[in-house]
Order: sequence, then structure tokens, then C-alpha cells
Amino acid sequence: MAAFTLKINGQARQVDLDPDTPLLWAIRDGAGLTGTKYGCGVAQCGACTVYVDGQTVRSCSMPVSAIGTSEITTIEGLDSREAKAVQAAWVALDVPQCGYCQSGQVMSATALLSINPTPTDRDIDLAMNGNICRCATYVRIRAAIHGAAKTLEG
Amino acid sequence: MTVHDTKLSRRTMLKGGAGLVLGAYVARAERLFAQAATPPKINIAPNTFLIIKPDNTVTVLCKGIEFGQGPFTGMATLVAEELDADWSQMRADHAPSNPQLYKNLAFGMQGTGGSTAIANSYIQMRQVGAAARQMLVAAAADAWQVQPGEITVENGVIKHASGHEGRFGEFADKAMAMPVPTDPKLKDPSQFRLIGKEGAVKRLDSADKTNGKAFYTLDINEPDMLTVLVARSPKFGGKVASFDATAAKAVAGVVDVKQVPTGVAVYAKGFWPAKMGREALKITWDDSKAEKRGSAELLQQFRGLSKTAGKLVKAEGKFEESMAKGGRVIEVEYVFPYLAHAAMEPLNAYLKWDGDTAYARYGCQFPTPDHMAISKVLGLPIEKVKIDVLLAGGSFGRRAQQSTHQAIELAEVAKAIGPGKPVKLVWTREDDMRGGYYRPYCVHRMRGAVRDGKIEAWSDTIVTQSIMKGSFFESIMFKDGLDPTSYEGSNEIPYDVENFRCDMHQVDVGVPVLWWRSVGHTHTGYVVEAFVDELLEAAGKDPIEGRLALLSKKPRHAGALKAVAELADWKNYKVPAGRARGVAVVESFDTFVAQVVELSMTDDGPKVHKVWCAVDCGVAVNPDIIRAQMEGGIGFGLGHILYAEQRIDAGAPVSGNFDTYRSLRINEMPEIEVVIVKSTEKPSGVGEPGVPPLGPAVANALAKLGVGRPRQLPIVPGASA
Repeated sequence: MAAFTLKINGQARQVDLDPDTPLLWAIRDGAGLTGTKYGCGVAQCGACTVYVDGQTVRSCSMPVSAIGTSEITTIEGLDSREAKAVQAAWVALDVPQCGYCQSGQVMSATALLSINPTPTDRDIDLAMNGNICRCATYVRIRAAIHGAAKTLEG
Repeated sequence: MTVHDTKLSRRTMLKGGAGLVLGAYVARAERLFAQAATPPKINIAPNTFLIIKPDNTVTVLCKGIEFGQGPFTGMATLVAEELDADWSQMRADHAPSNPQLYKNLAFGMQGTGGSTAIANSYIQMRQVGAAARQMLVAAAADAWQVQPGEITVENGVIKHASGHEGRFGEFADKAMAMPVPTDPKLKDPSQFRLIGKEGAVKRLDSADKTNGKAFYTLDINEPDMLTVLVARSPKFGGKVASFDATAAKAVAGVVDVKQVPTGVAVYAKGFWPAKMGREALKITWDDSKAEKRGSAELLQQFRGLSKTAGKLVKAEGKFEESMAKGGRVIEVEYVFPYLAHAAMEPLNAYLKWDGDTAYARYGCQFPTPDHMAISKVLGLPIEKVKIDVLLAGGSFGRRAQQSTHQAIELAEVAKAIGPGKPVKLVWTREDDMRGGYYRPYCVHRMRGAVRDGKIEAWSDTIVTQSIMKGSFFESIMFKDGLDPTSYEGSNEIPYDVENFRCDMHQVDVGVPVLWWRSVGHTHTGYVVEAFVDELLEAAGKDPIEGRLALLSKKPRHAGALKAVAELADWKNYKVPAGRARGVAVVESFDTFVAQVVELSMTDDGPKVHKVWCAVDCGVAVNPDIIRAQMEGGIGFGLGHILYAEQRIDAGAPVSGNFDTYRSLRINEMPEIEVVIVKSTEKPSGVGEPGVPPLGPAVANALAKLGVGRPRQLPIVPGASA
């Protein structure tokens, strides 16, 4: 066990964990933030997607000891203009079904729009194919990303 | 799924010896629950279904579990329609386990499945809303000293011409204490302003499922709670011979290790130490009673059996005589793999047991049997056990456990460490995927004859493993010793064929199996629709015209087919070069779905570009949810038909995660267009029926493309494992 101070959503959080503990479990069991989900544990499904210094990361596959002073953003801390547009588009189209993967989907979609405000279908495929949705809400995810892009255009 | 053929289950419920068994089972449950009052046979008491708060919000307690298919929104729609509530004041939550109050009327016990949520609640929940409206009006009339008949209710506002005006919250307490009207008057469908109206309602759970607030079982984090992982036998049927927990107990955060009936349980403060602790266990397994066969051996056995006649399910005309007359005779074999459900949220459950009472919280799909199982394991009277149902991250059938295996394991895990220690039992993705309860392995041998452009003979020999054998459903649902969920769809094809035969070999295998989104139709829909297409091709007929000519007794199949033909412009559409289209129509759970698929071939197998879908589910309560379920069903069907297989090697499942059990991803999702067939028939389900036609429509498009109909699934060999 070792003590780590994680900067999550702008707040310092103390966690006492084995250094090999994946960031996902530091966030969920350590910091008590449960919006980030466990789906596979091997960086296959994207349900655990968070940002580390603004970059999307599969938190299930990054040890907490590798985080250092990096800034972590989870679904609970998402408040950018792009994020709000994505979440509004998700609700407008009623994208979620079971909803369990959607934190990860929203994180990936927001990251995409932050670097590419007008993504093509191909851009969406490349940015989003690491996020599995077993309910297969993909048609609406695609439509919502295009919808959010339109809103952002103003 | 489950008692998922609602026609069958309702029939067996109402008459016949089989129905009595579940009846007795539920009667026992009801006795055990022993609510003092005698509730009406169909409960419509608003105070058991609605929470009306002073802020005027109306929370509907949903009998079924919400895991994506939309019952929260559906139940709230039915209530709000008759209550004349404003949609913005509606909320929904799960009803707790109580079979008297919250039984699924199609099952007779509390549980979700068989795409029955709307079908079994359509009248009941409207009556709840209508009763509540009548009671609120009576309360207002009393307060205002006016006649109830002069009061109007619109968008949540109660009004009287004298100028009195109020909202539900201020009259709720008084209204809920009033006697419940026995037969509250329901609206004529012409008066509906929510049911079936495009855009009238939005899903109630979208916002929380977009901002991380939606609360699932995995999110439970109570003080002193222990996270528990169980090491289970790698082979199905293996038992613990001996184990050494020394190293596991040395892992920081591990609190205890106990043997339980299903394996060895590691109790820890959090998921990661539990996982590390489990990896440090040294276990010797006793495989003497374990399954030894794998998929390869099953294929040999099933294939061999399929060449012999099985137990007769149905025969019409003179099949063998007709075959002997020759013509174009076709015999084909179809092979279906084991499939895992692989819902996004692996299985998990929470239980707090203090020795005298137990309180479980989880995504429980069958509360009644689970409730009884927990009570039995812990030796508690049933009224001392409480289950709260939580949102679940998908199910596709996996959480509907007639074996109650998860509830039993949950209680055993709590019992092993002793009272006063709340446990959260968590399955890893690998546990979930390798844990069995798959869609059964299955072989179909189809034989048919075409003469003079007419399908003269048809037979289907099924070889598979029963889903319900050994469970309490066996005595209720079996017919002549056979599991109808293995042959549903194969025994009664919609097409006019004079000489027909369906028979089945029911084989015992030591791999636990379960209903999997659309159950028997996952394979029977494929073979029937691929085979009719193949025979029509041999007969020189157009796939849609040819089917329509054979659907003289099946107007709703024909209606769905015509609707999809129109949507896809079947006659005039110019299929782009290198692409082809195929069609299929399947009835499942009283809902009729026809799909047209357009695809091409790539190095990675078929690429489906577009799917046109027509659905007839009777009265369409929530059109957008129906479309969403068709979209999701198509994606779910496509991913499995193309890529998924859980191979078994010497009694052990091979695939443990999404790297070896390939799931459909966004780049593989086709464009989808859905049309809902207008209907005044009673509403039927949509959770499952979107799945079955997709596979055969893909197969038929591949045949049109010259690739042939895939005979062994998945279509892309080696995509999994």
C-alpha cells in the first residue's frame, strides 16, 4: 500500500492503494467517483475512459503509480463547451439504453469534438471504435456527435 | 425469453396441469410474503405504484427492471396518459420485490423477460393512472365542495369552473387514502395524447445516463462493505478439491478467504485487492464430474444425431412421401455456436445480512425466485428478506436466472463470512464470459423439395440442449418432454407448405445454458428464413413476392414484409455495384419484424451498409423507444452473427474478454431506417424481436452476392478466440 494524492476534477484526493492498482479502481473505490465504469479491465471496451492531462486514457489499464501530478478528468468533472453540447445532444436523441457504457462514450465524443469540431463519419469511426456499446446505440451516438457539432458551430 | 412465449405462458397459466405448478409456486411465494390485506387479483392500487410528492412529481414504480429497453418510460407513459399528468412531472423507479403487488401478469411472478413489459402492463398501468386521477379529483371535489364531474384535469392541473385550481401534490395524501375504484374508466385510444404520439415523451433516464449519475450495482459503496470475488472451476462441473489461501490472505486489503459451494471466495476492501487475492489462491480442482467435451466433439455428436429422426414436434401432410417424389431436393445443415450475453455490466449483487434480516440490492431480473433463494440459503422467513432492484448495465437474458445461481452464491458468500459484514459480489468480465449460461449450441438439418416452382416439402431436425431442463420452468413449460424454447419458430413456420415435419433431439451437455435475447428465435429464425429463401430461389421466385404468396394465413407477417418492401423500395431500388440485398421476416413474442439488409464483402467479412426495418408490435406506445430497440436489436444480432462464438475446449470456455469475443463496434454499425406498422392490435414487446430477422437477411444477401448462405456461425471464422 502507498499513499497517493490524485488531482481529480480539480480537487486533490488522497488514496491509499497498492501502486499497481489501476487508475479506474483508484477513482471508483479510492475516490468514490462511480460515473467511470468497469467493463473489461483490458482496454477493450472504453467504459472506463477518463482524461489524463486532457488525453483520453483507458483508466482500467494505467496503474495509479504512473499518474504523478497529472490532472485527471472524469465524467463528473466534464464541463467544457463541447461536453455540454455532447450531453445535450445525447439527451435530445435519447441515445442511452442500459447506459452503462455511456460515460465512456461521452468522454470519447467530447474529446473528438475538442480537437475536431466538424468530424466526418470516418473521423467518428476512428475516434469511437474503442468504445463498445452492447446495446448497440451506435446509430444514435453518431447522430448525436453530428448534432453536437452543429450546435458548436453556433 | 423465459416463460417468454407469452401466448404459451398465459395459456399454461390459465389452464392445464403445467400452469398449476407455477401457480403453486407463486401461491407459496405469496403466502410467504403474507401481506395482511388481500389485494385484488390484478393490483391497480395507486398507493402501491405511485409516489406523488408535494412538489407534484409522480414517480411510477416499475414492476420490471430497466436495463435499456425502456420500461421506466413506458410505464410512466401509460400512467401519465390516464392520469392526465404533464410529462415533465413524471419520474420512474423500480418496485421492490413483492410478488403479490408487482407480479408480471404474463408470468404470475415478479420478473422481466419475454419482451412482456408493455404487453402485460398496458391495461393495468393505465388503470393505475385512471384510478389515481379519479381519486385526486374526488379529493379536490371534497376540498372545494363541488361535484367531481365538474372537475377537469389537464397537464397535471386540476380545475373547476368556480376558479379553483390545484396540482396533484396538494391532494395526494387525501386521495391515496381513499378507496380504490374497482374498474376505473380508461380513455378511448382516440383521446390519447401521449401513447403512440411522436415526440410526446422523452426517456426518463437519458440525462443521468449521460452525466455519470445513473446508479448501478457496481456503484454501491457502503461503509464496512467487502468486495467479493469467487474463484470458480475453469471447467463446467468442476469442484474444489483443496486450496491454499496463505498467499491470498497476505495480499494487502484482503480480509478473508472462505470456501463456498461455487468455489473459493476472497473478501477484500475494494475490487483490486480482491482480484489480486484471488490470483494468489492455489486451488486444486476435482474434475471427475466436469464436462469433458468441447465444441468440436459436440459438433460431431450433434451432426450425427441430426441425420436421424428426433422426437416429433409437429407433422403435417406426408413429408417423406413428398420428398420421394423428387424435383429440386435440398438438404442443408446449420451450426450455431455457444454465445455469451456479455452485457456491459458484468454480474454483481450486494447483500447486507445481520443474522435476522437480509437486504439485497442489485439488477435483479427475477425478484420472486431470487427472493426465495436468498431466504432459503440464509434460513430466514421470506418477509425478513428485502430486495431492491437497481438499474442494470444490460442483460440480454443473462440476469433472468431460473437457476437463481447468482442469488444463491450471493447468500452463500454472505453466510460463509458471517452476519454483519455487507458483501458486494462482483464478477469480472472474464468471470461473466467464462461463467456459462450461454445461448445453447445447436445444429439444424433442413430438408426440402421444390417441384414446379412450388415448395412441396419442408423438414427441420433440431439438435440442441434444453434451456429450461432442471429448473422450475421444466414442469411448467415442457411439452411432451421437450423444451419449446428450443424449437419455437421451427415448429410453426408462417408459410403454406403442405408436407411439413419438425423433430428434435434434446441433448444433455454439462455447459449451463440460458435464454439469450430472442431465445429459440436466435437460431430458428435464421434457419427458417434462410431456408425459405433458398427454396424460393430454387423455385425461381422473388424473395418478397415469393414469401407473400405463401403467407395466406399470416396477414401480419405479410404486412411487415410489405412495409419493409416499400421502405426499401424493393422493386425499383438500384443496388450499387458490388453489393446485394437480402430479406427476412420473423415473428417473435407476438411482434412481427421484417428487415432488408444491403451488404458487400470485404477482407474482414461482410460489411452491412444499411438495414431497413418494419415492425408491427400492435399499438405502438413509445414509437422512439420501439425504433431504438429495433436499432439495438439489429446491432446486437449483427455483431453476433458475424463475429461471436464462445468455443468450449475440453469442458472449459475459451473466450474471456472482448479481445477474444468480438463485439460489434461503431464502424461496423449499419445505417438503419425503421417504419412502425400502424396497428390497433394489443401492444406486444420490442426488446427481443429486432434480433431474429437480421441474421437470415444477411445470409440471404450473401447468397444474392454469390457468396452463399453461411452454414456455420459466426460468419467470419476465427473472429472470436
